[in-house]
Amino acid sequence: MSEALSPPSAVDKIGAPEVTVHDPGQLIPIVRRTPLVRCNPLTKIAVALILMVGTLLSIDVVSAGVVLGFCLFGLPATGLDLRAGLKRLWFLPLGALLAAWGTAILAEKTGAVVIDLGPILMTTGSLGAAAAIFLRALALAIPLIVLASTIDPRDLSDALVQRLRLPEVVVVSVLAASRLLGLLVSEWQTLSMARRARGIAGGSIVRRTGSLFAGIFVLLVQSIRRGTTLAMAMEGRAFGRPGRTWRRTSTFGSGDCVALVVSLTVCVLAIVAAHMFGTWNPIVGG
Amino acid sequence: MALSITAHGYSWRHADRDELAVGPLDLSIDAGEKVLLLGPSGAGKTTLLHAIAGVLPAESGEATGELFIGDQPPDPRRGETGLVLQDPDSQVIFSRVGDDVAFGMENLGLPADVIEGRVSSSLTAMGLNLSHDHPTAALSGGQKQRLALAGIHAMAPQVIILDEPTANIDPDSAVSVRDAVLETQAATSATVIIVEHRVDLWLDHVDSVIVLGPDGLLTQGSPRRVFGDPELAEALAECGIWVPGSAGSLTGDDRNPVDSVPDASSMSAGEVVLRTEQLSVARPRAKVPAAIGLDLSIRAGEAVGIVGANGAGKSTLALTLAGLIPEFDGQVSALGSLGSGAKRARPFLWPSAFLAPRIGMVFQEPEHQFLRSSVAEELALGPRLAGWSTAQVEERVAELLGVLGLEKLSDAHPQGLSGGEKRRLSVAAMMAPRPQVLIVDEPTFGQDALTWAGLVELFLDTLDHGSTVVAISHDHAFLDAIGAHRFFLNGAESPKLQTSVAGDTREGRVK
Repeated sequence: MSEALSPPSAVDKIGAPEVTVHDPGQLIPIVRRTPLVRCNPLTKIAVALILMVGTLLSIDVVSAGVVLGFCLFGLPATGLDLRAGLKRLWFLPLGALLAAWGTAILAEKTGAVVIDLGPILMTTGSLGAAAAIFLRALALAIPLIVLASTIDPRDLSDALVQRLRLPEVVVVSVLAASRLLGLLVSEWQTLSMARRARGIAGGSIVRRTGSLFAGIFVLLVQSIRRGTTLAMAMEGRAFGRPGRTWRRTSTFGSGDCVALVVSLTVCVLAIVAAHMFGTWNPIVGG
Repeated sequence: MALSITAHGYSWRHADRDELAVGPLDLSIDAGEKVLLLGPSGAGKTTLLHAIAGVLPAESGEATGELFIGDQPPDPRRGETGLVLQDPDSQVIFSRVGDDVAFGMENLGLPADVIEGRVSSSLTAMGLNLSHDHPTAALSGGQKQRLALAGIHAMAPQVIILDEPTANIDPDSAVSVRDAVLETQAATSATVIIVEHRVDLWLDHVDSVIVLGPDGLLTQGSPRRVFGDPELAEALAECGIWVPGSAGSLTGDDRNPVDSVPDASSMSAGEVVLRTEQLSVARPRAKVPAAIGLDLSIRAGEAVGIVGANGAGKSTLALTLAGLIPEFDGQVSALGSLGSGAKRARPFLWPSAFLAPRIGMVFQEPEHQFLRSSVAEELALGPRLAGWSTAQVEERVAELLGVLGLEKLSDAHPQGLSGGEKRRLSVAAMMAPRPQVLIVDEPTFGQDALTWAGLVELFLDTLDHGSTVVAISHDHAFLDAIGAHRFFLNGAESPKLQTSVAGDTREGRVK
């Protein structure tokens, strides 16, 4: 399918062989098409929501740990380029750690004192809460990242229109516009280059600010122009005519069933385990 | 079944302008006729095409008179017309090639199995041998143009409307794209209207030519009649229409650029100012280089033309040479007078204020480079930053406005100009401070014969002042006119430098 697309001579230079040409707008590139990648986008959303329920209901180490453990265990099945993902999202564990640090200092001080350095006081209770926050943050983030990276926007719009019966003109317009949104990033890069080429990048703060605003204005003009042109191009190809068909049928398969059952099991397991270990600490009514 | 196009006193005025953009016009195009629409840059050709396609937003201007497709006013939702716009970048609709081609067919309500087959055949017809899942964001400008054509090809509409369909396509492939359009027409006997500055490419294949002048319709008739009439030919030349077979005569008046081309020996006398060794280039964050193994030595005062098929990495190479993106592998070094005073040899590491007077870059899309609110200020910016005196700046601006035919627009906002005008302005703004090396990406896009000659004159003047010009262009006539060495890029394959100079390989405008 893609032999002609990547020059073979380039392979040894970049380490891993390229499977296909990646979409530059993708959060984390997909390197293998696993059964999970092939699932219906609605299933993927459902799986993420179910796992979220398992994590969100209670602030404790066990339920968050079960979900996180499952997520980490299941990562290879997502077909994502994990090294690229780590490179791009390295700040996530760091952020979770920061949140945990804050909790450890500020949470209710119960149990035995572990660290006491004047203003920094940590007890077993506050450290436990911190660990739960850390695990929860990651257990919430990972399914969402996988979701955002493996859903093809086009598949999603197919599913939304064909399965959920959302209005097609709205869905297709949003889909096309979302591509423009992704273009903004590369557009901004080009604009920065263009300003550098004209000699007005850098210099004093005043000059930098001035050139920044000039750049923002051009970006705005460009976005409006692109939006108008895109609308014209879509209209010019008979968009808006009643009786639109769809190239692909959005289907549910056995893989979707398995994904749903597995995620439900994990969710239940997380809640049951928290109860069994006596750590259940619900966010409401607790 | 094809449809006729008729107009009675039709005109269109943009909401923010006093003058009419189009017309008033009387037009009559028969069903199944193939029409080439010509006119000077800024004559309203694009606006007329949009009107025929029925996509002019009603709130953006005012129409008078009548315009009919068949016996009804234009309405794109009937699916009778297929429109390919001038700007290839903004008309990509979806993020996958297959979905994009299928878009029109889905709108027409074709069954899925028919769509699948036609996606493949239309992609093949336009020479895009890519997987259906190929991301459209990874396509080059020319490939995007082919993609848009494939989308229309697949719809098989009754009226096909094309705005400069081959402007970004390399000349070798332009012929195959044209033939694919003609085949589509033959299969559906659709009415076809084409705006194209490459007159020679289409002339033998159209039934009639319509020429728009500054004040409405100039003439309409068979190509033989329009171009065979000596009186008319003069009027056409005055309007800047490319008169076929007379590429020499266009520039054969008092400013014959070919004569002033420095000969090969004087060119090689210049010192090397930019050198690359085993250079690989890639867009930022790309994992695979767009072109590899490039060995270039660019000398002071010489013109270099970078040519190659769509997607070969020409624009990426230009950005790398201009010091705007880092090298993927290897190095770009500034030598001699270009590198003097620099702490480092790599232009990518130079500060912006140091880079701009030395290496200027004209981007493929002119809109990106405009920073001021009027044409004159845009031209004055570079020289002023370079520390020129007010008198010098004014003189330079007046000179550039004159050569490019932009005097009347000196107070206009750059973003409001027509496609061809923007192109000229972006080139002139970069040229204004006389950088030592000028790198340009498709400088002659959308130009008529007169504005083209003006651009050639500017480039020759730049070369005369000892500057170097590196031009990415599919326009061989332009490269010949400025006496450019050719550097062929073949993407992943090793490139080769063809050492011929304009004088010994005189190619036509279109191969």
